[in-house]
Amino acid sequence: MSLELILFIVFGTICATTAVMVITRINPVISALFLVVNFASLAGLYLILNAQFIAIAQIIVYAGAIMVFFLFVIMLLNPESEKKFFKHKPYVKIFTVVIVALVFIQIIYMIFLAQPSGEITREVSKSVNAGTVEQIGKELFTNYVLPFEAVGYLLLAATIGALVLAKKKFE
Amino acid sequence: MSIPIEFYLILSAFMFSVGIIGVLTRRNAIVVFMCVELMLNSANLTLITFSSYLGDTVGQLFVFFVMAVAAAEAAVGLAIIIAIYRNKLTINIDEINILKW
Repeated sequence: MSLELILFIVFGTICATTAVMVITRINPVISALFLVVNFASLAGLYLILNAQFIAIAQIIVYAGAIMVFFLFVIMLLNPESEKKFFKHKPYVKIFTVVIVALVFIQIIYMIFLAQPSGEITREVSKSVNAGTVEQIGKELFTNYVLPFEAVGYLLLAATIGALVLAKKKFE
Repeated sequence: MSIPIEFYLILSAFMFSVGIIGVLTRRNAIVVFMCVELMLNSANLTLITFSSYLGDTVGQLFVFFVMAVAAAEAAVGLAIIIAIYRNKLTINIDEINILKW
């Protein structure tokens, strides 16, 4: 077994189990903490895939900023107790199982039976080159500069929107 | 690149399905939101996988944009949840039905 495969199995197992933990815990704080572990292990998977910049951004933006935000909101609102999955009404269970089975079978069908449109090369040098900060920055500030600016405005609008929505009174 | 690409894609599909189960069965609005983040991240994993296996940077750029949009979405969504909690004193999505007729 190569080191790559061992790392994939370790991070993939952590990723899958913490994802299940997030939806099965009743206390939302514990769900949020498992989600942080899930995001961190995803960053590990990104590193195996030679995406260094995105791995660091994942840790800073997701595991850092967004999850701190979630925990703050959980802290502000008092957590309520909630029913477990098995105590739901039967039609909710049947509906959930049918939808999930449909989506999962569809994705698996796509993975194994669809024809890829491009050549999957598995060249390590090309893959490493694609993930460097230099390459991403070059692409971001030449071909994708308009979406980049648009994202900046989107974040500004979201900040103002969040402030207005969470304000005490509309006047 | 010794791992077949299918391993990553199946992991991503599994995470996406878990996210759907969470969105459909959980009743706490914040946990539903966290499950949406889980689904966004599984899509990100697929984008990174293809970007890495095809040696193309564009997939990683899209992950960058998805991250920015997810941050904006989390900020606005949680502000809405706080506003709803102020008015209704609950974040259970079964009891928030003012848009139902």
